[in-house]
Amino acid sequence: MNIFDIVGPVMVGPSSSHTAGAVKIGLISRKLFGNKIQKAKIEFSGSFLATGKGHGTDKALVAGLLGMAVDDEDIPKSFEIAKEKGVEFTIQGADLGDVHPNTVRITLENDNAKPLEIVASSIGGGRIQVNELDKIMVNFCGDAPTLIVHNVDKPGHVAEVTSLLAHEKVNLSTMQLYRKERGGNAVMVIECDEEIPDHVLQFLCHMNGILKVTYLSLEE
Amino acid sequence: MFESLEEIISIEKEKNISFWECIIEDDCKENDISREKAFEKMANMYKVMKQADANYDDKLYSQSGLVGTDGKKIHDARERGELLCGDFIGRVIERAIKMAESNACMKRIVAAPTAGSCGVMPAVFITIQEEKGYSDEEMTKAMYVAAGIGEVIANRAFLAGAAGGCQAEIGSASSMAAGALCFLRGGDGTMIAHAAALAMKSVLGLACDPVAGLVEVPCVKRNVMGAVNAMTASDMAFSGIQSKIPPDEVFDAMRTIGRNMPDDIKETGKGGLAGTPTGIKIKEQIAL
Repeated sequence: MNIFDIVGPVMVGPSSSHTAGAVKIGLISRKLFGNKIQKAKIEFSGSFLATGKGHGTDKALVAGLLGMAVDDEDIPKSFEIAKEKGVEFTIQGADLGDVHPNTVRITLENDNAKPLEIVASSIGGGRIQVNELDKIMVNFCGDAPTLIVHNVDKPGHVAEVTSLLAHEKVNLSTMQLYRKERGGNAVMVIECDEEIPDHVLQFLCHMNGILKVTYLSLEE
Repeated sequence: MFESLEEIISIEKEKNISFWECIIEDDCKENDISREKAFEKMANMYKVMKQADANYDDKLYSQSGLVGTDGKKIHDARERGELLCGDFIGRVIERAIKMAESNACMKRIVAAPTAGSCGVMPAVFITIQEEKGYSDEEMTKAMYVAAGIGEVIANRAFLAGAAGGCQAEIGSASSMAAGALCFLRGGDGTMIAHAAALAMKSVLGLACDPVAGLVEVPCVKRNVMGAVNAMTASDMAFSGIQSKIPPDEVFDAMRTIGRNMPDDIKETGKGGLAGTPTGIKIKEQIAL
C-alpha cells in the first residue's frame, strides 16, 4: 500500500471498483493486444452486469480500450469517441462460471493479427487482476512491468528467458508457469522490477519454441 | 507503514518533528521517492480537489437519474441566509453534496479514501482554508495528516464498504478530516488522534446499503454527515475533550463491527435502504 492509495487516486467517478477498475482492465487489454483494436466483444458477469450501467462500467471499459486513463473526463463520452475512431464493440452479459463478482471477458480483434481473449476482474479499490489469457489461466495485476511468453512446453525455455533477463540486469519479482497439457502450449508470466528493453523483446520473439511474446510496460 | 496512531505520536515526540513529517518520512522511505517529489504530488491532490469543487455542474444528473442538482438547492438556500447551520457550516454541507454528486455524474474526483466518500475531505479542507486563510503548503501538510490516519485505519481495519460497511468509508473520511482540522489549528499528535477517534466513534456500525448498488443513495448525503461530523469532532478535541477509548482501540472496534456485519449491508445492494420496497423498485427500473 502507498499513501496515494489512501488519498487518491484521481479518478472519474463513481466507483473505484466499477469505474476506475473497468478503465484499467480496458487499458491493460489494449496494451496486451498490442495492435489497433478493430472489434471488441465485451461480456460482463456478476455485479458488473447487475450494476454496470449505473456505474458507467460499460463506458469505462470502452474508454480503457481506447487508451484513456482513469481520470480522463472523456470517459462518459467513450461510446461516441469509439465510433469516431472506428472501433466496433458489442456489450452483453455472460455466465463466466465461478469467478469474482466483478469479472469481464474481452475479445479483441484486428484483421491482421491473432485475436486476444482476456478474462479479468476488478478486485476493489481500483486494483485489478488478469485471470485468463487465450483460455490459459494466469494471475497478474499489471502494476509491474509484466512479460508474458507463450512457448512450446519443452525443457529449457524458462532458463533461456530468465537468463536473458538476468543478463540485462532485469530483476524478477514473481514468476508463474502454466500449461494446458504436457508437451503442449505453455505460458510464463514474469513480473519485473525494471522495464525490459525493446531489443530483448525482439530477440525473444525470434527464439526457437517461443510462440508469442506479450509485454506490458508501465511506460507510455 | 504505521500500524497505530500511538506509534506516530511516539515518533513525533522522540524525533521532535510534526505529525505530518512522520507520515511523509515513512512514505518516502517505503516508496523510495524524494520528499520534494512526494510533497508536490500531495499538493497536486489538493489542487485537483479544488478544481473538482469548482467544476461542479448544477444541471447534471447521474446516469440513473437518482442524484444531481441538490448542490444547487443548498447553495441557493445558503445564499438566502436560510440555513440553521449558518454560512460556514452551510458551505461545508454544500461542498460535500457537490463533490459526491460530481462523482455520481462521472466527473473527476480524488478518492479520499474512496470514491464514495470523496466529498468529506474537500468539503472540510477547502472551506476551512477559505475561512482561515491557510496557505496551500499548510493544507498539503494537513493532507498528509489525513493520509496518515487513513493508513492506520487501513492497517487496523478497512476502508472499503464491501469489507466493513459505510463506517469504513464515510467513517474513515470523517476521522481523517477531523484529525487534519486539529493539525491546522495547531494541535499535536494526541489531539489529532482524539479528534480522529471522536469522529469515528459517532459513526460506528453505519451500514453500506446503496440503492441498486449504486454510489448514489444514500452515499451523496452521507458525505455531508461525514464532513459536519469532522467539524464537531475537531471542536471537541480542540476544547480538550478526549475519547475515553484510546483512538487505536476505536479503529479496532470498527474492524470488529465490520467483520460481524451481515453481508447484505456491506455494499451488496441487498439490505438496509436498498432492501426497502422503494429501493427494490428503483433497482428494477434501472437494470442494464
